[in-house]
Amino acid sequence: MFRNQYDTDVTTWSPQGRLFQVEYAMEAVKQGSACVGLRSRTHAVLAAANKAASELSSHQRKVFRVAEHAGVALAGLTADGRVLSRFLRSECINHSFVYESPLPVSRLALRLADKAQVCTQRSWKRPYGVGLLVAGLDETGAHLYYNCPSGNYFEYQAFAIGSRSQAAKTFLERRFEKYNDYTPEQLVKDALSAIKETLQGEKLTSSNCTVAIVGRKDDGTMEPFETIDAKRIQEIIDSMEAAEEAPAEPSAMQQEEEGTDAAAPMDI
Amino acid sequence: MEEQKWDQPMGGFNAASRSQMAEAAAGGEESQRTLYPYVTGTSVIALKYKDGVIMACDTGASYGSTLRYKSVERIKAVGKHSLIGGSGEFSDFQEILRYLDELTLSDHMWDDGNSLGPKEIHSYLTRVMYNRRNKFDPLWNALVLGGVKMGPKGAEKYLGMVNMIGTHFEENHIATGFGNHLAIPILRAEWSEDMTFEEAVKLVEKCLLVLLYRDRSSINKFQVAKITTEGATIYPPYSLKTFWGFSHFENPAQGAVGSW
Repeated sequence: MFRNQYDTDVTTWSPQGRLFQVEYAMEAVKQGSACVGLRSRTHAVLAAANKAASELSSHQRKVFRVAEHAGVALAGLTADGRVLSRFLRSECINHSFVYESPLPVSRLALRLADKAQVCTQRSWKRPYGVGLLVAGLDETGAHLYYNCPSGNYFEYQAFAIGSRSQAAKTFLERRFEKYNDYTPEQLVKDALSAIKETLQGEKLTSSNCTVAIVGRKDDGTMEPFETIDAKRIQEIIDSMEAAEEAPAEPSAMQQEEEGTDAAAPMDI
Repeated sequence: MEEQKWDQPMGGFNAASRSQMAEAAAGGEESQRTLYPYVTGTSVIALKYKDGVIMACDTGASYGSTLRYKSVERIKAVGKHSLIGGSGEFSDFQEILRYLDELTLSDHMWDDGNSLGPKEIHSYLTRVMYNRRNKFDPLWNALVLGGVKMGPKGAEKYLGMVNMIGTHFEENHIATGFGNHLAIPILRAEWSEDMTFEEAVKLVEKCLLVLLYRDRSSINKFQVAKITTEGATIYPPYSLKTFWGFSHFENPAQGAVGSW
């Protein structure tokens, strides 16, 4: 990006009313590998593209369980993300200790956002360099939030962050309006397809993506936040590819075009 | 403390001033812990029934053995889903109501569709009571917390209690104070799942009547309250009919032999 005289520390405004350090922190999120999140009324899914530092190393862990009812996927400085995950876990546990019930997701997202905001208003701190997709379940249903380094947060039906996330967002923009009624399996498939868009030609396998889901079944029992195991992911990927090779069935492709007219809530 | 007096190298201090001086030397003040309750409410009874929870108690607050206050409301609604009944030190109950007020207000201000249910409030109160006990400064109460909240599997009824030492549990029927001894046996024998409101009130009145006859600190002015998915209702106070026409109460000195 551009260097200028107002970007040395976070407590300096630019004449246009921008805090450049915060914006630079948001750039760090774009450098991380992609993550997507999407939700229906009852379930929320997070998926991340795994990136390994080299062929010899294991890949960066990007999806974290925060509580039984919530988890995060992060993009950016993973060390910052790890520390924030620990904070979120601590907040959830403290709430459960006093109230014996899960911390509602909106309140969790707010606490995270307030913590991030502090770092945008202290001269001796720097903003966190990580964006988090917070997915969880509470008494009002499934939720997905995006918390960014600026301390802002929004609720989303579906969102993608990280490098090449625009490709995933374009994919999601076409389909998000039906997500409220999607089954968990359909959500997982769309999450995988969205991640596939960010891989830019590389083959999607269970070793280069992670998927996690949390939700409530129709009978009222809860499915706690859990990463879907690799074998199951591979089965789903294989079934998706088999469906693609078969001639496109009209029922799967109808009405996809109509979604583009509605306002896209994801432009930030 | 008395045994150590002859042990001390310097005589002339009595136990009370010594403890005060020790505390002053330590930089602290005289201990502020609660030693006894002053204005107290007696039993609270509650039970689960078909539509929710019923709770009842008398409207009296005693000052020692004096029945000092006779129009005290010892059951209050908390949030949208719960009722709290308190026996024991009334000022501590009022303090607890203030804490719950703050809690339910900030919960309400979120305006995000989530609300504190009876389980959450019971858990919160347990933490408060237990923490105070650990500081030797208890809130001298036995609290009954009942409520109904819609959950994923339908309306979930909840009834529990917590006392001044932090003991807490959930049950289908609860009684505090003298109610533990007089009402619980009746409730155990006669409570059943899914009683109608009328049956539940009858059972509660049976217990209240026993307490009225046998508990010296109870008065004949009761309030019944219920909590259902529609909300809380606290009924106006009323009295129960009592019977004192036993033959033994007539001419009580009949069998007593005395010279004066």
